[in-house]
Amino acid sequence: MTRRSPPGARKVNGLLGNVLTTAVVTWFLVLVLMPALSLVRGAFANGLAAFAAIFAAVETRRALGLTLAVTLAAAAANAIFGLGMAFVLTRQRFRGATLIEGLIDLPFAVSPIVAGLMLVLLYGPQGLVGRSLESIGLQVAFAWPGMVLASCFVTLPLVLREILPVLRECGVDQEEAARTLGASRGRIFWQVTLPAIRWGLAYGIILTIARSLGEFGALLVVAGNVLGRTQTATLLVHDQVENFDLQGAQAVSVALAATSFLLLFGVESLRKRIAAREDTEDTA
Amino acid sequence: MGISVRRLSKSFGAYHALDCVSFEVPEGQLVALLGPSGSGKSTILRIIAGLESADSGEVQLTGADAEAPTRNRGVGFVFQHYALFRHMTVRKNIAFGLEVRRPRPSRNELRRRVDELLNLVQLTGHADRYPSHLSGGQRQRVALARALAPRPKVLLLDEPFGALDARVREELRTWLRRLHDEAHVTSLFVTHDQQEAFEVADQIIVLNRGKIEQIGPPQELYERPASPFVTEFLGAVNLLRVETVLGMNVQYDEAPLPVEIPGPHGMAAIYVRPHDLDITRQADGRPAWRARIRRITPLGGLTRLDLTLHDGANLHVELTSDRVRALALNAGEDVFVAPRDLKVFHQPSPFVENYVI
Repeated sequence: MTRRSPPGARKVNGLLGNVLTTAVVTWFLVLVLMPALSLVRGAFANGLAAFAAIFAAVETRRALGLTLAVTLAAAAANAIFGLGMAFVLTRQRFRGATLIEGLIDLPFAVSPIVAGLMLVLLYGPQGLVGRSLESIGLQVAFAWPGMVLASCFVTLPLVLREILPVLRECGVDQEEAARTLGASRGRIFWQVTLPAIRWGLAYGIILTIARSLGEFGALLVVAGNVLGRTQTATLLVHDQVENFDLQGAQAVSVALAATSFLLLFGVESLRKRIAAREDTEDTA
Repeated sequence: MGISVRRLSKSFGAYHALDCVSFEVPEGQLVALLGPSGSGKSTILRIIAGLESADSGEVQLTGADAEAPTRNRGVGFVFQHYALFRHMTVRKNIAFGLEVRRPRPSRNELRRRVDELLNLVQLTGHADRYPSHLSGGQRQRVALARALAPRPKVLLLDEPFGALDARVREELRTWLRRLHDEAHVTSLFVTHDQQEAFEVADQIIVLNRGKIEQIGPPQELYERPASPFVTEFLGAVNLLRVETVLGMNVQYDEAPLPVEIPGPHGMAAIYVRPHDLDITRQADGRPAWRARIRRITPLGGLTRLDLTLHDGANLHVELTSDRVRALALNAGEDVFVAPRDLKVFHQPSPFVENYVI
């Protein structure tokens, strides 16, 4: 495979170029690579067996299981509602559309702890909605529905921000063409629209998963960190650090970080392989 | 009757896109909807396809009311920007309209029909390519094949060559005409390019501001335009003042003007096509103006001359380059210029002086 420099790339020559390159590499080493490596080194300091033993503990398994469940639920909910919202925002014209689009990024603008607090105030036992929900036996705050809700809230913009521009860019032409060719709505969605936005959607979902695997602040407020019941992996790490169980904290952290990294890496390499075949970056 | 459109009206808010439009496209003909942008031509096409709904009026396709949703109408639609499915190969794109059929055709049938169409649009070797690997002209041919695959009752083309460069455009035009002569699908295509309409269409429908100005075969429209708009839209034309025409220098025996011109205070729009003007060195008894040649622009087989009349009016004249050579014309010389044909529209509206289109 031949490597070509991207169009517009110009080589910065001489001393300045070398200084810049060194600075960038050093910054990356100091900021990202070295902390990550020290985490991995710490996790495996007492050997593979000690590392594995941590994941054999019931407490760790429960926490990881809960994190996984909450994450998958949040990813599924965001995928479905994200698609729905993106469709409404791009294909429908209604009052307040611009307002909603402006508010999409709100979850990024507020601290997750504040987000968690907002949810507890509304859905907690004394909350406006929480009170009536509790009377029909549905506990939201300090239980899994609240945790899924919190994860959805903090990751809401991720799927939307990925597919909105793609959906806008590809327009309705292909969908209209499919209609004139006799395709049903369902077929148009599955065979025309979804393939056109699949990478945006995949990215959005992967980012959602990565983000909610590592979510801490909102969950801390909403879930209350009840051991074995609402303790997720990040809350467990927090407790482990507090209790000077650094070995455990490092091991669980490595598991979380590695999962996120592999997911992102995987989706990117898959996209590259398929894009090379179809050249979808080109406007067809 | 292939397509019949009756009293179609459509507004977008306060904007009247279509105002009571009626026309018919005879079975098997290729008809052009010609008009400037915003004249409502694309809206008509989209209403016929069911992609847009009309406020009032009706559409009939091959004699039956077209009230079915788009997917059951049996129209083939070709978009300006191709609208190919990017993630499908050429073969998959063409097969799409066949695969959605119930009952679904057999594999062999599908393959045979797609091969047939690939052959028709001369892309046999490109079946397994993706649209992004094709040129603009090739993409539009795939789009055409895709639209024709399910054997539509009518074919609708929305500025099909608008996004292509001039040379490819010309090629595709001739090619489309040939294709139509072979396939005979009733076709309606939208264009803002009069030359394109002339070259391809059996009939032309000229649209302006959501209304039909004139319908007819290309040559008839050109020779007998029904309105100033049609005259202006169908090619370059000189627009003259009444005074200019009355002020023609008539020498020897008074030869009559080719048309009746209203008095000096009448209102009229008088048009002369550049190639309907002839230049002579000497007055020859025909009504003629004295004029000075400002500029001579050779355009290959034709030569364009910019003249100024004695009253200051400008005229564009087109002569064959042979004729210009034979007369040995040079810029700055004084000559006689005589109209062979004038179009006069008596109308109350005033017009811009010395307006040359």
